Amino acid sequence: MIAQNFEYSSPASLEEALQMMAGGDAKILAGGMSLIPLMKLRLATPGHLVDLSRVPALDGVTEEKGNIRVGAMTTHFQVESSALLRARCPLLAAAASHIGDMQVRNMGTIGGSLAHADPAADYPAALFALEARVRLLRVGSDRTIALSDFLVDTFTTVAEAGEMIREVIVPVEEAGTGVSYQKLVQPASGFAIVGIAARIRKSGGKISMARVGVTGLGPMPYRAVGVEKMLEGTAGTADDIRKAASVVADGVDANTDIHASAAYRARMAAVYAGRAIQAAVSRAA
Amino acid sequence: MTKSICVTINGSSYANEVEPRLLLIHYLRDVLGLTGSHIGCETTLCGACTVEVDGKAVKSCTMFAVQADGKHVLTIEGLANHGTLHPVQEAFWNEHGLQCGFCTPGMILASKQLLERNPNPSEGEIRHGIEGNLCRCTGYQHIVNAVKSAAAKMGV
Repeated sequence: MIAQNFEYSSPASLEEALQMMAGGDAKILAGGMSLIPLMKLRLATPGHLVDLSRVPALDGVTEEKGNIRVGAMTTHFQVESSALLRARCPLLAAAASHIGDMQVRNMGTIGGSLAHADPAADYPAALFALEARVRLLRVGSDRTIALSDFLVDTFTTVAEAGEMIREVIVPVEEAGTGVSYQKLVQPASGFAIVGIAARIRKSGGKISMARVGVTGLGPMPYRAVGVEKMLEGTAGTADDIRKAASVVADGVDANTDIHASAAYRARMAAVYAGRAIQAAVSRAA
Repeated sequence: MTKSICVTINGSSYANEVEPRLLLIHYLRDVLGLTGSHIGCETTLCGACTVEVDGKAVKSCTMFAVQADGKHVLTIEGLANHGTLHPVQEAFWNEHGLQCGFCTPGMILASKQLLERNPNPSEGEIRHGIEGNLCRCTGYQHIVNAVKSAAAKMGV
């Protein structure tokens, strides 16, 4: 389990890192929790790694004008334990606490996880439900796009050569919103067989807003708009939730692997969607 | 293609020329002869290679030695203080928190991190905290008891 050799750079500033990336041949090393295993298996053989861990100020969580910005190098542990996120965007902190294990959460980063675009990663369920945006930097370019535009397929994003994730942007949660992340875990790897994030707001005894993000089920995570539409306007009774959750896998080409068949995954997606929505409804004020 | 690194390990400074692809666990074991950290699965699952880097428990099979350049590493060899066992080590001994002992260095370092962050964990929190460490003797009951015992002792 020895990686192919590579050139290693450890830039001390963001400008230097972007310059190193500009040639388009270098690959970013963030926490390495996905990349290093791939390199050891020689499924990835980058010739040049640019380690961002010594670039100052790429990690951290800050609030600004109704949004929370999470730096790309913020570790999962920092996300799960951030007082700001726990108070102002608890869904993201909850999703982070489910990732891998303690040691993986100490090293793995939100930017690295999103760039890797694993179809069973935990973050995207929460980030789709939060309608998150991703800020991408490259020499001479600074763009912010919706997560739904950033992720395009299994292990595939729209990031161009030389481009890096600078931060992930989520809204400050409105008071009274109920949230929940529920996951059927594959116990050996910690990945989601299915994971469902739900956000619910109520007004006048009815669900006024529902957002549901799904991971693990298909080739890529997604927002289950059909479920949301069926919930909005209802009282959120057990029957309303069951009916809405039952369509969570509609139109999705569910994955089959050694852990779960497509039919089982789709069925579990409905069960876990029901649990996540139920929990979010009960927490919504 | 080598790189100069300088790493402080268990309080001593080491300078070496290493290939960037050299894993931290191989650096510790094969270059420095610190064989207390074990190689179990070598795929980030089992936790036998757990060490602390700048106070964070990490799996040293999934980190390159060059990433530890300039940092402080703590391995199981550095945990006891001049022959006095760390309370977590002592608790594993007292509670029979090991059978074959292969997972123990990683279990102890993971448990130490868990207790630093949560000095009084519930049984569920202990099990969640050591999720990344596998004991193939399946001696988890005694391991959990050892963590509880260490928590009680460290809380005194």
